[in-house]
Amino acid sequence: MFDGILSVTIFIPVISALIILFFFKNNNSIRYFANFTTGIVFLLSLMMFLNYDTEISGFQMIDYFEAWIPFEYLRSSYIVGIDGLSAPLVLLTGILGFVSTLASLKVEKRVKEYHIWLLVLISSVFGVFVSLDLLLFFIFFEFELIPMYMLISIWGSGRPKYSAMKFVLFTLFGGALMLVGILSIYMSTDVGTLIMVSIPELSLVGIPELIQYSDLLLPASFIFILFFIAFAIKLPSWPVHSWLPDAHTDAPTAVSVMLAGVLLKMAGYGLIRINIGFFQNTKGFTIHDVSIFISILAAISVVYGGIITVRQTDMKRLIAFSSISHMGFVMLGVSAIGTSSSNTSVAGINGAALQMFTHGTITGLAFLMVGYTYERTHTRHIPHLGGLWHKIPIIATFFFISGFASLGLPMLSGFVSEIMIFLSTFTIWPIATIVSAFGVVLAAGYILWMIQRIFFGVKPPDEIFSDEIYDQIEDVKKINLLPILLLTIPVFLVGIWPSFLTEIINLGVEGVIR
Amino acid sequence: MNYEFLSYLVILLPLSAFIINGLFTRNLLGSASIYAGYITISSIFLSFMISLILLFQIMVKSEQFIFDPISWISISHLYISFGIILDNLTIVMMVVITSVSLLVQIYGLSYMHGDKSLTRYYTYMSLFTASMLGLVLSKNIVQLFVFWELVGVSSYMLIGFWMNRPSAADAAKKAFIMTRFGDFGFLFGILYLFSVNPAYLDINTLYSAVNNGEISSYSATIISAGFLVGAIGKSAQFPLHTWLPDAMEGPTSVSALIHSATMVTAGVFLIARFFPLFDISNIMIYVALIGAVTSVFAASMGLVVDDIKKVLAYSTVSQLGYMMFALGIGAYAPAIFHLFTHAFFKACLFLGAGSVHHASGTFNMKYMGGMRKIMPVTYIAMMVSSLSLAGLFPLSGFWSKDEILAHAAHQENLLGYFVLILGLIAAFMTAFYMFRAIFLVFHGEWKGGGESEQKELIKNSQSVHPTIVEPHLEESPKFMIYPMVILGALAIVIGFIVNPLIDLLFIEKHAFAHFITDNYEVFNGDKTKIYKAGGSPKFDLLIAIISSIIAISGILLAYALYVKEKNISIQKNLSKGVIYKVLSNKYYLDYLYEDIIIRKLFYKKLSGFLRWFDENTDNINVQISTIVTRFSRSILFLQNGQTQVYVYGMFIGILVLFLLFYLRGGLI
Repeated sequence: MFDGILSVTIFIPVISALIILFFFKNNNSIRYFANFTTGIVFLLSLMMFLNYDTEISGFQMIDYFEAWIPFEYLRSSYIVGIDGLSAPLVLLTGILGFVSTLASLKVEKRVKEYHIWLLVLISSVFGVFVSLDLLLFFIFFEFELIPMYMLISIWGSGRPKYSAMKFVLFTLFGGALMLVGILSIYMSTDVGTLIMVSIPELSLVGIPELIQYSDLLLPASFIFILFFIAFAIKLPSWPVHSWLPDAHTDAPTAVSVMLAGVLLKMAGYGLIRINIGFFQNTKGFTIHDVSIFISILAAISVVYGGIITVRQTDMKRLIAFSSISHMGFVMLGVSAIGTSSSNTSVAGINGAALQMFTHGTITGLAFLMVGYTYERTHTRHIPHLGGLWHKIPIIATFFFISGFASLGLPMLSGFVSEIMIFLSTFTIWPIATIVSAFGVVLAAGYILWMIQRIFFGVKPPDEIFSDEIYDQIEDVKKINLLPILLLTIPVFLVGIWPSFLTEIINLGVEGVIR
Repeated sequence: MNYEFLSYLVILLPLSAFIINGLFTRNLLGSASIYAGYITISSIFLSFMISLILLFQIMVKSEQFIFDPISWISISHLYISFGIILDNLTIVMMVVITSVSLLVQIYGLSYMHGDKSLTRYYTYMSLFTASMLGLVLSKNIVQLFVFWELVGVSSYMLIGFWMNRPSAADAAKKAFIMTRFGDFGFLFGILYLFSVNPAYLDINTLYSAVNNGEISSYSATIISAGFLVGAIGKSAQFPLHTWLPDAMEGPTSVSALIHSATMVTAGVFLIARFFPLFDISNIMIYVALIGAVTSVFAASMGLVVDDIKKVLAYSTVSQLGYMMFALGIGAYAPAIFHLFTHAFFKACLFLGAGSVHHASGTFNMKYMGGMRKIMPVTYIAMMVSSLSLAGLFPLSGFWSKDEILAHAAHQENLLGYFVLILGLIAAFMTAFYMFRAIFLVFHGEWKGGGESEQKELIKNSQSVHPTIVEPHLEESPKFMIYPMVILGALAIVIGFIVNPLIDLLFIEKHAFAHFITDNYEVFNGDKTKIYKAGGSPKFDLLIAIISSIIAISGILLAYALYVKEKNISIQKNLSKGVIYKVLSNKYYLDYLYEDIIIRKLFYKKLSGFLRWFDENTDNINVQISTIVTRFSRSILFLQNGQTQVYVYGMFIGILVLFLLFYLRGGLI
């Protein structure tokens, strides 16, 4: 491992985007170059994940430049590093970044700009997960909106402008609140720093320690709520979820993969790193006081999302709504912080962190398979489909795998994170957990019903999805197996042998919880 | 010999057959490769052999194997491990699973011959066998739940095996979702157990905790209630039984293995596995009541259905109810004994139904008749198994059923007599519907099979189910016959041989009952507990005579109604009655569940309302943005670029400033 690997990984995609901008003209060479870049980034993220030293734990591969803004004006620094919490998410971003470019081979419209924005998006998502400075975190968190807006509104389908604008406005609203929160922490005289974590090796003392028992500019509970709203919107949690189905439905496949796979995880990461990390022992307020509300919100999100999912008739919209339900499990895991920190809290938050990884791969796979199906059938309206199993057995098989993983079938990854969350949260919030666990029954309902309507039975007569199209349908080519396997392997690996992830995650979670 | 390795091998062999078939056979040899069958059969044969070795080891040395677990998840106090518990209960289940599975897979070679997805069939079958073996060998409750779900998904795949048929796809989905409801209860039990003490996830730890009185009766009741709901779902007990008759949409060999002999017994196994826990809870009475009610309830529906597989399906539900109420009254050994004997004769009956279909081209008994001359071997095998199921001396079903009924009678309390009466009613119905089936299929006149059913359906412009095909009347091929013969032979002798009344040569008296209760972990060596659990059953001549008379009268009634030609008018009159209508509509439960609860209340009302609510709350966001846009439009005239307006603005502004200063008192 070499110094600066983390910064290199963050900025490679952006630099490639610039190279594409200035030096590339041919569409095919742009595609190859973008895939080459994301492939390298994937390998780098894998290397970082594997090289994370579990013996030392703490933050590793740190890059620290103190004075990226003159220090007398703003005590902000460029500092990035990974711990057990962010390492899996960095790996996830690496995987999904590669998958998203591989899934874009069929994009024909304005290929150059498309890939530029996609690469910029990947860079900014990386930045969110590794930033250890609040301002830096905020910049990356907001910056991701620009490529997302472009990607949805230009390359989207349906009502792309509306959906893109909705997505941006919702997130910006949350971001504005978060900015107030950041400033009010920074400007409190007792804190006066933007470093998000304490790093003993660099003798840096972070907000979590400084914020304890100190007087803040605004009441701690208020700051907590500012951050919480920002992340609840992004997660998304009921009742601020309505941007997600629209954004997903109208986004192109690769962007849906990125959106469900990693962008939502920024919120879960923020909840754990900031809401839990900062607010365990502040003056007059701790997260323990409000964990019951978090559990209630989680239970509502899970069941509400699940029940609405049942009625969806658009494949993508269905999976988007199921994401609301499944991200509710992340929230439920967060609520395991309970009324006081305990072993159970650690296990529950581990579950939440794992659920982010598993949901990223499972839903990424689901959107990928929806995309492949849509390419062939030219409709996503489920009642128009049917009898596709024998036509596209490979797509069907992996669609099945993603479906069963998402409904929590053991030996696939979704089950592991869900059972971890349930086991730990039940001790603390039994009712919310039982209500949420019912989401698993609902998941069985909507997933199996969708699969049945798409793949079983016989094709119904339909105008868009005509018999001629049906007859000509072919299964995926060998090259398409690469992105599919990139997502399927983690689904099986975590399902069968979860320890390789949970061991690392646990180090991160133990660092966050005191 | 390394027994730990051997017991892992029992699971790993079919699992590797699954992986080989799934990953390689299809790609290398095609989707209809008979080699997939050979791979599956040989792996299951080896598993069967290993099971016999282990059985021998446990019997002779009377030792049990508990192997140290492998850590699966370990985070702070959340420790989940996978291990092996190989006790007397497990080994009995293993022998049943591997032997029936082996015979069914051999049967499948002929029965599924020519199916274009043969590879897929054997792939799923291997997965099922592996998961079922994993289920009975599990040492940890979460591990058990993992395999519990995996058998569920293999069942889903196999019910929906002919996925182009909408009815098969519906049935598969129904089976999975209904058992999921049960699993929800099971999960609740696990969560509660974990909250009591995380270490109790380990089954052996749980046993010793129960035996040391560490678990309160209150906790035990809640946990057992959860587990019971899981068992109800999996073993298709009332009120979650409606999926099993529909599950007959799968290939008949699947029904024989999964939906009669093995998977559906998992619920019974679950209660048996946690018998000590159930024993200290207040839930046992409900186990007994649900089982007893189900046994009659399901049997009553079996009286009127015309589909031979559905008769057998209701029979399975009813017999599982028998096992359930046996456990509920504490008859541990008789329940497992009945599970053991039932597996063989019920599998034989299903294989026979497949064989009958092979010749007649239909499952509808109305269009069969007189087939005993065409397929004598099938006839004899099915006859013997039916007699065994009806519980006639000295066939295997007689011994196991009588033990249960005698145990109920010896309870000498209200519950005991209640379940005894229901059990006897179910026995009468069982004898009746089984022989109704036998007489309709094998006796009387040949009524044209699938061909005439097709004609009839087309005449009434109804859809023709794909299983209705042209008959070709001949005895089934040898791979189908041999398994039936073996199972039929077992249906005759196995009951008496493994659990004889008197000492046979090598086999001591009540060997099975002694063996199954010789489990220190479960019974803690407590003699009264073992006695209560039926460890040394007493043969009750009175009960035996009563139940035999009841069974014979059931058979005779069926004979009177369905063989004597002159009684056809009675048949017709019967089929006009209200009771008949209620029974043939399955007590309207399917209607209640699917049409009223799921479609109307859940889908239309609840889900529809929430979607409406969601869209309208989303409209609020749109409204807000509209208001902002309107507001910005309404003040747009201030920035319209005309100098006059700006001058007006400046003038008014200055005026307002002056006014303010004046009010403050003074210009500066």
